[in-house]
Amino acid sequence: MPHTDITFASLAPALPEIYLTLMICVVLMVDVFAGPKRRGLSATFTQFTLLLGAALTAFISHVDQRTVLFDGLYVADELAWVLKLAGFLFVAFALLYSRTYLERRGILKGEYFVLALTALLGVFVLASANSLLTVYIGVELLALSVYAMVAFDRDNGIAAESAMKYFVLGAIASGTLLYGMSMIYGMTGTLSLDQLAATLHGTPNLGVVLGLVFVVVAVAFKLGAVPFHMWLPDVYHGAPTSVTLFIGTAPKLAYFALAFRLLGQGLQGVATDWGRMLAALAVLTLIVGNLVALAQTNIKRLLAYSTIANVGFIVLGFVTGTPGGYSASLYYTLVYVLTALGSFGVVILCSRKGFEADQLDDYKGLYKRDPLLAFIMMVLMFSTAGVPPFVGFWAKLRIMQELWVTGHTWLVLLAAGVSVIGAFYYLRMVKLMYFDAPVDQPGTDRQTGVRMALGFNAAAVVILGLLPSPLLDLCARLIR
Amino acid sequence: MNFGLLSLLIWLPIVAGIVILFMGSERIAAVRWVALIASLATFVASLPLITGFDSGTFALQFAEKLPWIPAFKSYYALGVDGIAMPLIVLTTLITVPVIVAAWTVIEMRPAQYFAAFLIMEGLMIGVFSATDALLFYFFWEAMLIPMFLIIGIWGGPRRVYATIKFFLYTFLGSVFMLAALIYMYVKAGDYSIASFQSLPLTLVEQRWIFFAFLLAFAVKVPMWPVHTWLPDAHVEAPTGGSVILAAIMLKMGGYGFLRFSLPITPDASRELDMLMIILSLVAVVYIGFVALVQQDMKKLIAYSSIAHMGFVTLGAFITFQILNNSGSITGAVLGMQGAMVQMISHGLVSGALFLCVGVMYDRVHSREISAYGGVINRMPKFAVFMVLFALANTGLPATSGFVGEFLVILASFKANFWYAFLAATSLVLGAAYTLWLVKRVIFGPVANDHVAHMDDLNGREFAILFVLAIGVLGLGLWPQPLTGVMETSLHHLVDQVMIHKVPL
Repeated sequence: MPHTDITFASLAPALPEIYLTLMICVVLMVDVFAGPKRRGLSATFTQFTLLLGAALTAFISHVDQRTVLFDGLYVADELAWVLKLAGFLFVAFALLYSRTYLERRGILKGEYFVLALTALLGVFVLASANSLLTVYIGVELLALSVYAMVAFDRDNGIAAESAMKYFVLGAIASGTLLYGMSMIYGMTGTLSLDQLAATLHGTPNLGVVLGLVFVVVAVAFKLGAVPFHMWLPDVYHGAPTSVTLFIGTAPKLAYFALAFRLLGQGLQGVATDWGRMLAALAVLTLIVGNLVALAQTNIKRLLAYSTIANVGFIVLGFVTGTPGGYSASLYYTLVYVLTALGSFGVVILCSRKGFEADQLDDYKGLYKRDPLLAFIMMVLMFSTAGVPPFVGFWAKLRIMQELWVTGHTWLVLLAAGVSVIGAFYYLRMVKLMYFDAPVDQPGTDRQTGVRMALGFNAAAVVILGLLPSPLLDLCARLIR
Repeated sequence: MNFGLLSLLIWLPIVAGIVILFMGSERIAAVRWVALIASLATFVASLPLITGFDSGTFALQFAEKLPWIPAFKSYYALGVDGIAMPLIVLTTLITVPVIVAAWTVIEMRPAQYFAAFLIMEGLMIGVFSATDALLFYFFWEAMLIPMFLIIGIWGGPRRVYATIKFFLYTFLGSVFMLAALIYMYVKAGDYSIASFQSLPLTLVEQRWIFFAFLLAFAVKVPMWPVHTWLPDAHVEAPTGGSVILAAIMLKMGGYGFLRFSLPITPDASRELDMLMIILSLVAVVYIGFVALVQQDMKKLIAYSSIAHMGFVTLGAFITFQILNNSGSITGAVLGMQGAMVQMISHGLVSGALFLCVGVMYDRVHSREISAYGGVINRMPKFAVFMVLFALANTGLPATSGFVGEFLVILASFKANFWYAFLAATSLVLGAAYTLWLVKRVIFGPVANDHVAHMDDLNGREFAILFVLAIGVLGLGLWPQPLTGVMETSLHHLVDQVMIHKVPL
């Protein structure tokens, strides 16, 4: 392994992680000294941290060529850079949306923000992982923080239950991942993804394939692909909405990175093997996710199954086993996170203390009560359904394009067919908001700042839909 | 001659629509005028398309091309030929009466209503003028959103069912078309429709692509048996929605067949032309009978639309048999001309009929035929228009309805006597259901109190029906300007259709 002296200059590519680690400590301290009376302080400080982090990442630590650090454990490339920048921004938005929600329920505590930041650190580690070990550290750092966040509202029985479920199932998945990694290590003698990529190609021996099965299962679990999706609806439903929102954002980027670094880079040599496994998972995920979503009456569960359905598309991008396919998946992930962020933002703004706004019927006639929120939600729903002129259309188009390039005719037809099924429940949401008479509900949140952020979020969905080129080109450049 | 005229036509109404959304329903008086001025301005702006059109060439005119998505070699590329141009003018023309007809009638969220129609106008013009397949699809799908809202918000009692059915039906058709478009992109390397048309495809590929297109366009036309969304959508939609649906959206299916199916998959079209002819004749004959028994005026006109659109698909797909039997290119062009004239004429006539039903509905709030009778006694001016449009619907000579049907029947004789015979039954059936409708609604003694309190047309209503009546009579008496404009483009289309992409 190459040994290099560690200097400040050589650490520069890892600036986002270093900065974030320091700031986590600072936020902890701020919280301690602010005391219980000034709870808002750590929230504000965290926002500031995230925005400053985004600025630092954007302007100082831009990486345009691949640099390997820390004895090959860590890689800094432009993909990681974009994922980190997106992570900072998405989490900043997510926390902005959830602040009032937390305050009203008395869980606006410093720990919440510390956990969110450590989870984000996990995301960063995954984004830059270049060794099986780093991958595992990233997965655990992220997962443990999120388990705690789900259980954060500790007097809430459902939240505690779903945290428990998540923890137990997540632990099994982690074990599976570790088991699979150990087998691959045993067969190849290396943990480095670079070296794995160099050694593994052609027909692998049975041990590697067996290890691969376990790794694929773990990745599928983290992404929420059927049949390893059971945790997802329960967690989405049970967790406080702010946490659901959080889970829907940065961690999705991380699990894309997990799949890409592990399968698309380290194990690219055996892509045909895991490609077939993923194809089966994708088919199941698309069908089950979309069909089960039809039967939901709770919006958080509905969005959970919609997530599963969307994960099906992300997995389809990986099925192709080509850089084009991975970049289509990356594009899909970014677009999906952008849209999910907005959708959960609307759910949060519609809720009140003692009223979670989590039933579909709570959205009846939202148009009359709050035209702006209803309009934003409509844009987001049509985008997720893949209807132009919104950005979700391009995401589906990219995936279908790559499937045609690699000749997966049946998967294209399946993707087209399930889009129609999916359209139904997104339309139903629009129907509730626009066509039904309003029911007596508490008013929606009227905070100008948050609403502006949400409007910005929806505007991004429209603008990237009308002019998709910049983001498409970026994703194509990141994974070649 | 390129100053972005088509872009202007697309974006002017869309921008006006967005402005109206921001103005909101509180400033309704201003909103109405903005909407009217925007739609009139768009119509006036579309007139240079007619005056500046060179009918001597099939090349795309008023072309614009800007890079849109370089990664896919997809362009913001617009342009019209003799097939698209008349449809665009029809769109700009029909939108004006739709706006005027809604003037005071829409009470709930009127600003949004006007905005939806203006935005839709821009998107529909985009569909007809896009020369890049991706841009075409972009407009094609985006158009579903305003229509979905129009039916769902301002529609009748079963509006939710109708609008979701409408959306899902059309969406189902289109996604498979999208899959086909992407497939051709992967083969051709770019998204321009022209390169799809010259793309060599094997017969198997052509069959698949043909069916993908068929799914999208047959739903839109709509052809039997995927027509069932139409009566529901029409019945539940507000007047303006029905008018736009019948007058313009249905034409997109026919336009799609002429622009995509025939030139891109000529061999598959040749092979499967019997299927298309049979489906068209079923639409003409069977749906004609179905229309006969309707109790609801809008439903009756909706079924009559399906029957009339059968002529469009018939005219487009008898080409092969004409060429086969007589080798007569003029004969083939005749059929396509018939199809095109029928589309324009049906746009005017069905739009006008739905407006007539709207006029009556605004007074009595019923669409049931049995709720009316003797309307002529109370509304003589209205009765003149209604009878005129009804006669145009039956294909009476001197109205535009005659020209299209006559051309298609004439062309079918060159293909097969029985096609012509069956198509001609429409003249009888159409006359039967339309005139029977007129007899029950317009003539006779005043049927009930509601009818007794109907007031005749006001100035607004008179104006819009008058304009459409001029159009219907004008095209019927002197169709040459219309047929002349499209002749060269249709000749070119027949040339494209005669190409064998697959070596024999």
